[in-house]
Amino acid sequence: MPDAERVLMSGEARGPVLHLEEPISFWGGLDPWSGTIIDQAHPQVGESIVGRILLLPSGRGSSSGSSVLTEVLRAGIGPAGIVMRHADEILVIGALAAEELYDITVPIFTVDEATYGALTAADAIVMAPDGTITTG
Amino acid sequence: MPLTLDDRDQALLNGDGGPAAALAMRIVSRTAEVMRAERLVDITGAHIDSCLYNGQASVDFPKRLADGGAQVVVPATLNVSSLDLIHPELFRGDAHTASQGRLLMELYEGMGCQPTFTCAPYQQDNRPNVGEHVAWAESNAIVFANSVLGARTHRYGDFLDISAAITGRAPLAGLHLDANRRATVVFDVSAVPERLIALDAFYPLLGHHIGKRVGKAVPVVVGAPNHVAEHLLKALGAASAAAGAVGMFHLVGSTPEAPTLDAALGGERAAETSVVTAADLRLARDQLTTSTSSKLGVVSLGTPHYSVAEFGRVVEALDGRRVHPSVRLYINTGRSVANEIALRGWIPLLEASGVQIVTDTCTYITPIMEDIDGVAMTDSAKWAYYAPGNLGVDVAFGSVEDCIESAVRGEIVRDEGVWADA
Repeated sequence: MPDAERVLMSGEARGPVLHLEEPISFWGGLDPWSGTIIDQAHPQVGESIVGRILLLPSGRGSSSGSSVLTEVLRAGIGPAGIVMRHADEILVIGALAAEELYDITVPIFTVDEATYGALTAADAIVMAPDGTITTG
Repeated sequence: MPLTLDDRDQALLNGDGGPAAALAMRIVSRTAEVMRAERLVDITGAHIDSCLYNGQASVDFPKRLADGGAQVVVPATLNVSSLDLIHPELFRGDAHTASQGRLLMELYEGMGCQPTFTCAPYQQDNRPNVGEHVAWAESNAIVFANSVLGARTHRYGDFLDISAAITGRAPLAGLHLDANRRATVVFDVSAVPERLIALDAFYPLLGHHIGKRVGKAVPVVVGAPNHVAEHLLKALGAASAAAGAVGMFHLVGSTPEAPTLDAALGGERAAETSVVTAADLRLARDQLTTSTSSKLGVVSLGTPHYSVAEFGRVVEALDGRRVHPSVRLYINTGRSVANEIALRGWIPLLEASGVQIVTDTCTYITPIMEDIDGVAMTDSAKWAYYAPGNLGVDVAFGSVEDCIESAVRGEIVRDEGVWADA
């Protein structure tokens, strides 16, 4: 089933974009104590996700990605928002747990190919609760 | 169609089962909405990945459930934890991590989960049958359950696993449904030389290659031998789930939903067919090797946890020889397999050779390995993928025979002959 424009987790966010050019596993790919990408095979290794809106093709790898996302959100070193080409339940579950435990909401949207492509050129974006995304 | 909850689900959501069951049902039902499920389905079991310590959040969630009186309503096995309770002296981390890791293990046991502490629950006696719905987390276990057992679980993350075990329900969507279990991408390996297909290492390397290419699509492999052994299917699945987001694969002639290519494709045309070459496997081998140095520091086997058959191969390859004094050889496994190999009399043999068995956890999760001076060698594509980030080490992927031979000689030796023209 194609992933078109969907709001997986509603919420709003504004921030600089970090475009992850390849899928990432939050567990094993992200240092949960600093929010830095540690996957040595990932093109964005060494980049920080803190306060940024992640633009990524999809999730990958470990089931523990859920708890790593919840943990970085709890610690205040998580992403401001997540925009994906393809939905990833593992990240959504982590976001649901952060909302339940800490009342912290991170919006997660999926977008179609054209929108995704256009967003890769953006420096900063705004995610609105109704699912609209604007640049700048 | 939006999600419709039945009366039992709605009662749990309303708090009739207490606050913990209501929280668990909120997690299950909201995940179901994201997966576009129209209803939930009863599960016969769960495998819980959440018992690994990943910071305060990983403790807060089960604590909220346990404080609310939660108990699992289906048999639930536990994944690897942060500690080896059978060999506690191996732990080299800080006291806080140890105490939190211990607390997590106790919290989940307190909610009725079985203290199995293995990432390979499918190597135990009770495993789900074809067609059973379960809620499993742990990427390698998910792909094994769907592909090799023919059981049905989506690619779940931490917290959904225990929530499903407490409610006894999972979203009826994703890989729970026939339509999504059909392969859409064909990987044809019939052009790969027979001498490479005969290697155990063929399967993890193929898994890595597939994972890099398919994302979350369901692949089918055609052109491999029939009746491939379970430990090789395990290695293929684990590698594909680490390098990609594979929750299910088919291997024609070996996996239960792929008696033929046509059956795996569900009678429809493949969206894509990809011919695998020796060069693709060579590239996978190179991607899983970050150093060309021959200086060997450590060898780690058993990711996912080693089976009895895999231990048998190690005993055979060691043939009574000792591991070189400059190298440590670790093998990760679960308690049930450790008990089985003890009964077979293999533990004294392995110990006499200098092998350190690790249970309940894994060498790339928990600080167990002593300071590593040299490259870390492994027969696991998954370990080779994650260890450079998790442990800050250089890795070399090799066959189990290469790993044992290197451990004995004290330097990295890999059989290059078989790869010469690849």
